[in-house]
Amino acid sequence: MEIVNFTPVPALIGGALIGLSAAFLLWSQGRIAGISGIVGGLTKPVRGDLAWRAVFLIGLVLGGVLYRVLGFGVGVDHIQPVVSPTLLVLAGLLVGVGATIGAGCTSGHGICGLARRSPRSLVATLSFMGSGLVTVFVVRQLMGVGA
Amino acid sequence: MIQTLRLVAALFAGMMFGLGLSVAQMIDPAKVIGFLNIFGAWDPSLAFVMGGGLAVNLILTPLIFKQARPWLADYFRLPAKTEIDRRIVLGGIIFGAGWGLAGYCPGPMITSLSFANSSIITIILAYLVGTWITQQALAWIDQRPSRLARA
Repeated sequence: MEIVNFTPVPALIGGALIGLSAAFLLWSQGRIAGISGIVGGLTKPVRGDLAWRAVFLIGLVLGGVLYRVLGFGVGVDHIQPVVSPTLLVLAGLLVGVGATIGAGCTSGHGICGLARRSPRSLVATLSFMGSGLVTVFVVRQLMGVGA
Repeated sequence: MIQTLRLVAALFAGMMFGLGLSVAQMIDPAKVIGFLNIFGAWDPSLAFVMGGGLAVNLILTPLIFKQARPWLADYFRLPAKTEIDRRIVLGGIIFGAGWGLAGYCPGPMITSLSFANSSIITIILAYLVGTWITQQALAWIDQRPSRLARA
């Protein structure tokens, strides 16, 4: 196995910030910081339960803006999607369908759920990790897309 | 007053989350695919992101639950379902396929709007459509009395 582009320090610092955000949301609002859950409450709205979700998502964008304001814009300017627009649409649909059926995504199950030692979240995390590994193997290694 | 404070707290949490995703470079789909590419050139960074987030929460979550209630809310809202059903596996598999295909999960998609390009909007719209359609479909399936429908 060949290791490439490994950035452990930013990964740990960024991960800790994500973790602190999730802990803060739980402590202050009693809510799980699962992004797909927060979005799902907007596409299936319940009265009186919309504003905090919208504001959290605006914050999510502003966090990216803050990163640039702090002077790291150079690092993100080169970022491009790695697949064609058609595959982006397919990927977006799959992520939406899967996160809704599976009641959570990388953050809700992979960080918050595992931290609560939820067996359900463990099964979800293993399922999407396994499926992601297989998908990348098939698409990148076997079919050679983007290689 | 408490309403305003709640919104400020939600905004703060969102910003910290978005900043964390950016610092961790999870807004770069190549980093995500690099992590899932264990049979090729492998980038282990994502494991450190999840590990960092998980470590913080493994320590803080039990302390938070020692509080009688959240700071700005009446109670903790935790997922009602605890059993492992077919949906949690099926949903995970479908989600993982989309995640591996383009390298975007919901958080990084939305944070990437901070340097909006048309392709981000494309995948976010598809994600919202997929979410909405599935919510409608699940609501329809769940209100049918059929035993078969409870997949």
